[in-house]
Amino acid sequence: MKTLVCVKRVPAPGARINLTPDERAVDARHLSFTVSPHEECAVEEAIRLKEKHGGTVTVMTLGPVDAEEQLRYAMSVGADNAVLLSTDGSDWDPQATAAALSTRISDIERDEVFDLILFGNESADSGGYQVGIRIAHALGRPVISGIKGIDVNAGTVTARRETGSGFEVYQLPLPAVVAVKEGINLPRYPTLPGRLRAKKAEIMSAPAFATPGGLVMDRLFTPSEEKSVTSILGHGPEAAPAVVDLFVELGLM
Amino acid sequence: MSRVLVFVEHDDGLVTETSLQALTIAGSIGDVEAVSVGSCGVGGWQIEHPMLSDYAPFAIAESLAQLVGAEMPAAVLAGGTERGNEVMAHLAALLDLPLAANVTRIVPSGEDWNLTRVRWGGSLLEECTLSAFIKLATVSPHSVTATAYGAAASATVFSPELTEAHVTTRVTERVTLTEGLTLTTAPVVVSGGRGVGSSEGFQVLEELAALIGGAVGCSRVVTNSGWRPHSDQVGQTGTRVAPDLYIACGISGAIQHWVGMMASKKVLAINTDADAPMVTKADYAVIGDLHPILDAIVAEVKRRQSS
Ligand SMILES: Cc1cc2nc3c(=O)[nH]c(=O)nc-3n(C[C@H](O)[C@H](O)[C@H](O)COP(=O)(O)OP(=O)(O)OC[C@H]3O[C@@H](n4cnc5c(N)ncnc54)[C@H](O)[C@@H]3O)c2cc1C
Ligand SMILES: Nc1ncnc2c1ncn2[C@@H]1O[C@H](COP(=O)(O)O)[C@@H](O)[C@H]1O
Repeated sequence: MKTLVCVKRVPAPGARINLTPDERAVDARHLSFTVSPHEECAVEEAIRLKEKHGGTVTVMTLGPVDAEEQLRYAMSVGADNAVLLSTDGSDWDPQATAAALSTRISDIERDEVFDLILFGNESADSGGYQVGIRIAHALGRPVISGIKGIDVNAGTVTARRETGSGFEVYQLPLPAVVAVKEGINLPRYPTLPGRLRAKKAEIMSAPAFATPGGLVMDRLFTPSEEKSVTSILGHGPEAAPAVVDLFVELGLM
Repeated sequence: MSRVLVFVEHDDGLVTETSLQALTIAGSIGDVEAVSVGSCGVGGWQIEHPMLSDYAPFAIAESLAQLVGAEMPAAVLAGGTERGNEVMAHLAALLDLPLAANVTRIVPSGEDWNLTRVRWGGSLLEECTLSAFIKLATVSPHSVTATAYGAAASATVFSPELTEAHVTTRVTERVTLTEGLTLTTAPVVVSGGRGVGSSEGFQVLEELAALIGGAVGCSRVVTNSGWRPHSDQVGQTGTRVAPDLYIACGISGAIQHWVGMMASKKVLAINTDADAPMVTKADYAVIGDLHPILDAIVAEVKRRQSS
């Protein structure tokens, strides 16, 4: 079973997000980088499928050369191959992102198609909810999003999606595309041998050039926040009566 | 005025709140025509096809694409829900048009739209320009208060042409789990973070929640450590909650957690660190080690309940 996972490098902000002076990007000078938790789970799911059914896991990203860090992370937990589509680091709209990724996937698939292509449900930063679906259409494959459970059996992927009151089941013939959500599994941590292997692994890299999209970012800004004054109810266990008074005041008791 | 189609979601005829909000935003920019699969009493277009008996995103998008081809509206909107975003992404792919997901504001400007849309799950907003022959967007939940939008009283039936290929992806089975109080419905959420220390450490949070009719939530550090299931996680990639009171025990207040609970009416933080963002942003705080504090609160609640 051959699985491809698409991940996106994003900064990992802490308690607040600071912007660059031109207000077009997150000021990442003091930040580490990561991928969305959904995508971390997509990588983990692909590795579990490989452990169960054999085959390979390939990870792919479109982003700056530094995004190699995220590809190597995926390799350190078990991905076999990594593909980088390198950009100048600018913000690509989802249509352009999907076009570049699907072209590259088709190139790679001249040898053999991926049985399953996994995406995160939405990217951590842009949250467009669409790159995976666009790629599925470009490749002519069935696709389902919002998935929190996967089983592959006899050429079919059975996928579960949570609803407010339970879950729905979908069954897609392979090759298929699935966008997953955090919670589908608990991702493993890299091992030392895994890290060493990933450090030396080769990454297939090629430049990508943006086609202007129809959705252009003009400016980022932080939503206005009501400044609240924190009322300190006390220090330590002595504060308990004040807390319970609050429960009563709020009508909870 | 320009024609705006709105894909409307409904539960057995009851239009969802987010769809009503999408209709409201649509009403501020053009003449609204609702589109629904099956009947829901909002007029406009009613898509009817035997293959659409259960949710099938590609088939719904294909139906919308055929309707768009026949009617040539200026725009198509939907609610920014799991299904709304999914159907619209299919539609965007079919029409090869850009899609702006989760917009909070639409201002037409000449041929283009100036939009505000949600990024980072709500911790950041973006102003952007959408240029397209037909504009596609989903409306972020709670961006507007739903009001009357002036829809037609009767619906015109639209029968799309669909094949088996369009319904490869459809619900084949539905499993209902009966749950009591859930994170999203509980009036109080007692939530724990790294400061709780272990899965056993959550016992006192469970106890307090049971006493005051609440549900237990947690941060991502907690789910990643395997202390609680992911269904308890609050935040950008977890559940969004809006209880009357959110009690954050040993949670620092990272922005990705904050967006999941910022709609809470009141926030009480319990933390050793008086400078933790959760404490400085909360309405109320108790400073100190959460375990003796929660033990004392539980004891005090029991004392008052029994007297
Ligand atoms: C794209 C993305 C999405 C994310 N999505 C989510 C999400 O959905 N939900 C989420 O929660 N996080 C999410 N995160 C992770 C988030 O950034 C933080 O890492 C996480 O919320 C921190 O959890 P925490 O507050 O429990 O831990 P910490 O940040 O380590 O904070 C622990 C707190 O406990 C306090 N403390 C320690 N001991 C005690 C004690 N004995 N008594 C009282 N207080 C004590 C400390 O002072 C501190 O404030 C996401 C991150 C990214 C990059
Ligand atoms: N630049 C990128 N490189 C690789 N995969 C991406 C990129 N952008 C988005 N994706 C994938 O598409 C999913 C949905 O992204 P989006 O449509 O932006 O919400 C993400 O979770 C990733 O799996």
